[in-house]
Amino acid sequence: MARIELRGLAHSYSTHPKGDADYALKRMDHVWHDGGAYALLGPSGCGKTTLLNIISGLVIPSEGQVLFDGLDVTRLPPQQRNIAQVFQFPVIYDTMSVFDNLAFPLRNRRVAETEVRARVEEVADMLELTGELGRRARGLTADAKQKISLGRGLVRSDVAAILFDEPLTVIDPQLKWLLRRKLKQIHERFQLSLIYVTHDQNEALTFAQQVVVMSEGSVMQLGTPQELFERPAHTFVGYFIGSPGMNFLPCRYEGGAAMVDNQRIPLAKSVLDHAPHRGVPLEIGIRPEHLRIGANPVNGALPAEIAMVEDLGNFKIVTARLGRHMLKAKLPEDDAVPGDHGWLTFPPDRTRLYADGRLVA
Amino acid sequence: MTLVLDRISRVVGGETHLHELSLTLEPGSLNVLFGPTLAGKTSLMRLMAGLDRPSGGRVLWDGKDVTGVSVRRRQVAMVYQQFVNYPSFTVYDNIASPLKLAGLPKAEIDRKVREAAGIMHIDGLLKRLPAELSGGQQQRTAIGRALVKEAGLLLLDEPLVNLDYKLREELRSEMREIFKRHRSIVVYATTEPLEALMLGGTITVLHEGRVLQSGPTVQVYHNPSSLRVGQVFSDPPLNQVDGVVDGSGVLLADGIRVPAAGHLADLAHGRYRFGIRANHLSVFRAHDDDIPVPGTVELAEISGSETFIHVHGPGIAWVVQQDGVHTLRIGEPVTAYVNARRLFAFGADGGLVAAPPRPRLGMAAE
Amino acid sequence: MDKRPYDNKAWLLVLPVFLIVAISAIIPLMTVVNYSVQDVLGPFQRVFVGTEWFEQVLNDDRLHGAFLRQLIFSGCVLLIQIPLGIAVALTMPVKGWQSSLCLVLVALPLLIPWNVVGTIWQLYARPDIGLAGVAVNSLGIPYNYTSSAFDAWLTVLIMDVWHWTPLVILLCYAGLRSIPEAFYQAAKIDGASAWAVFRYIQLPKMRRVLTIAILLRFMDSFMIYTEPFVLTGGGPGNATTFLSQFLAQIAVGQFDLGPAAAFSLIYFLVILLLSWIFYTYITHTDREDAR
Repeated sequence: MARIELRGLAHSYSTHPKGDADYALKRMDHVWHDGGAYALLGPSGCGKTTLLNIISGLVIPSEGQVLFDGLDVTRLPPQQRNIAQVFQFPVIYDTMSVFDNLAFPLRNRRVAETEVRARVEEVADMLELTGELGRRARGLTADAKQKISLGRGLVRSDVAAILFDEPLTVIDPQLKWLLRRKLKQIHERFQLSLIYVTHDQNEALTFAQQVVVMSEGSVMQLGTPQELFERPAHTFVGYFIGSPGMNFLPCRYEGGAAMVDNQRIPLAKSVLDHAPHRGVPLEIGIRPEHLRIGANPVNGALPAEIAMVEDLGNFKIVTARLGRHMLKAKLPEDDAVPGDHGWLTFPPDRTRLYADGRLVA
Repeated sequence: MTLVLDRISRVVGGETHLHELSLTLEPGSLNVLFGPTLAGKTSLMRLMAGLDRPSGGRVLWDGKDVTGVSVRRRQVAMVYQQFVNYPSFTVYDNIASPLKLAGLPKAEIDRKVREAAGIMHIDGLLKRLPAELSGGQQQRTAIGRALVKEAGLLLLDEPLVNLDYKLREELRSEMREIFKRHRSIVVYATTEPLEALMLGGTITVLHEGRVLQSGPTVQVYHNPSSLRVGQVFSDPPLNQVDGVVDGSGVLLADGIRVPAAGHLADLAHGRYRFGIRANHLSVFRAHDDDIPVPGTVELAEISGSETFIHVHGPGIAWVVQQDGVHTLRIGEPVTAYVNARRLFAFGADGGLVAAPPRPRLGMAAE
Repeated sequence: MDKRPYDNKAWLLVLPVFLIVAISAIIPLMTVVNYSVQDVLGPFQRVFVGTEWFEQVLNDDRLHGAFLRQLIFSGCVLLIQIPLGIAVALTMPVKGWQSSLCLVLVALPLLIPWNVVGTIWQLYARPDIGLAGVAVNSLGIPYNYTSSAFDAWLTVLIMDVWHWTPLVILLCYAGLRSIPEAFYQAAKIDGASAWAVFRYIQLPKMRRVLTIAILLRFMDSFMIYTEPFVLTGGGPGNATTFLSQFLAQIAVGQFDLGPAAAFSLIYFLVILLLSWIFYTYITHTDREDAR
């Protein structure tokens, strides 16, 4: 197990990068804790796979260093880094049996055959593959193959981290959570460092203790699922996490409140303490889960038109029009929805202020 | 145009892909074909399109039998999982291709292509080639090409499955709006319950080549006709428990006593299988009549706004969907609270016997 | 709308192919069958002889010699060309202009007509004026393909290797390129040696193209005619007379149409049998894969 440190790390696939646009990964500094479960989350092309490949040693970064437990491994090849990786599409050795597949990394490292047998049997037991050990790996289902890929990482006692590159892409929806549970159990039991790349927020949030949200080669926020949900550091995170994403309304700042088209929305004291910069565009953000819609004009509520109500079984999504702006609210299934008009309340402790896209306090 | 499938079936090489099934698709309707992989969604669509010939039964279009008519003579547009575009055509020519084949005048083609591109938000990309587009833009082009054809039948076979999560969400809500304005029959296949609910319309739940249930999507969600529908058309799947109804109420699993009130009051004595949705369970007592069920934590997954707690106990293996973030360790003891008002009851044959009543909603704004 | 059944007309489209196959393959073949069971004494003078020609041909020592030579030759071709092709494909550059250049260079010998290949090597290996022939002799190694049976053999073999290994290389190269990058990455992480990567990833993934390469090379080398005909004319003696040439000698040289026809049929059946064995092997392993 290892602490992973990224120092001044940046990467460009072109040999003479000119501007920011040439960088697949923009300069970053991070320390990831030993035994943590991390997810790298972002849309296609955000640099998450590049970052994963730099950590595994498949790509050598053009700038900066990667340290495992303080040791510079930037230029070490993957086999000398003690990492394991599970890929998007199952990688198995076709001609070998399941047992030989699992034993492969150990045999390559000249581990004694008795120990190989013991380790393989232990891992197979953990992954519920014991019954398949004698079978040819070729004919197995996709989820069994992914378990073998994972198993090849687990058999090694020296593994510093296991990396996952969208490992559930080819797995049937019904089997996804079984595999996810297996991963979680293994993590709890062995306290391995896990790094998981995905574009699916559900997978990232349910898997990881810490989620690294990336966009256009930069890390937008590193935080627990709860932090990402409750205090998105950037409007991108607000939009990307949550379904539907956070509502954003451009506003002015005036006398301790946000003004949206001359409508007053009070803010929490912690926000007020950090006077926003002048001359930068301001927005308030609120989660659909936190926006309240009532039928009656309670104190401070803003009148809105109800544009649409979607019944999604477990919950409802209400789209409301506030002046020129559209807002979405997520309501429990049994909550009543007003007819054509309603009153919106922005709870101050749930309403965030963003200056130039970044969270203010 | 109305499309009627009359007792059609499909058998390939001795394997039955579709058992005799009948469906009526109304003009201008949005029909969701829902089911897990290999349920028969694609087989059914191929029959509707005329790509395959049914082994038995008839396909009627506005009352006319079109069973043997090839796909080229039917008015059909189709969108696939893979992004299918002509690689050497620009976006403009891709969208224009069905119109050019139909021999429309240039000016009209131009107008229609620009309109469809506008709807799909790709009007700025008309001169690009598919290879220069992102996955989302490629699929928008493919959908644009299907829309512009103004075919009587628009088939979409899991069109968003290969897109990024967030893109899927955007395109999904856009598509629902587009379908609303569309006069043709839209058939949309999906494996995801949430996607089906977001699209709305009517749903046909398929399983192993059979129709399990069909009806308005939300109604089917709240009244699954069988245990299996409840299982597949629910995410997470419907939680289940065995139970007995006797003189003193309902006995769930190994000794959980639940009053047989409300919709359960009329149940005849005997064995049942009860179902309850994950979001109707809680690890906190919310109402006075909630019944505690002891168990241990099998897994707790946090999704930011919610926590999914997998609870195992004697006779139960449930998922509790709890609002907020709750840190629970694997193996920790936990109590799940269940309320009798939320229970579905299924008979021995798996058929629905009693469904929880829907609260009457609607509050008048003055 | 009409209710015509599904495109039954399509069968009409197959008709031209039937006609072409009939004219180009079936009718000539039947002619050969016809000749193989008759003795043609002159125009309109034919006698049915049954299996006599077959017996004669099968008991012909010259045929046995040619058949043995043919098997050894085809065996040598496979033993050299397949490993060599794999080895070269493995060392070829993967991307950039270098890979395109290599592909063009490798493919060059495939573009040269058979008889020109024979002529090139005939000149190149000549001990009096040929570059290779003179060079070898000047090293003190006596070499003359027109007088030494061994030298002639060697020359034909090297010529075939030069001409046809590129085909194996191209097939293997294509097979190697179709292996997803993740397999190499996983192997690196698993600490696999270069040999293990070859043994457990590259070779299994190349199995299919290799089967095709072996099949093609076997069939082609089994039917080799033009190059040895141009180079050595089958000599010295009968040292490089392979089956095709032997057949030509009977049919054209001696005008023994009956035995030649019988021999053609045997030859044809042998190749058909071997191809069928390969074909069933391929489809069998494919089915195993699908499982």
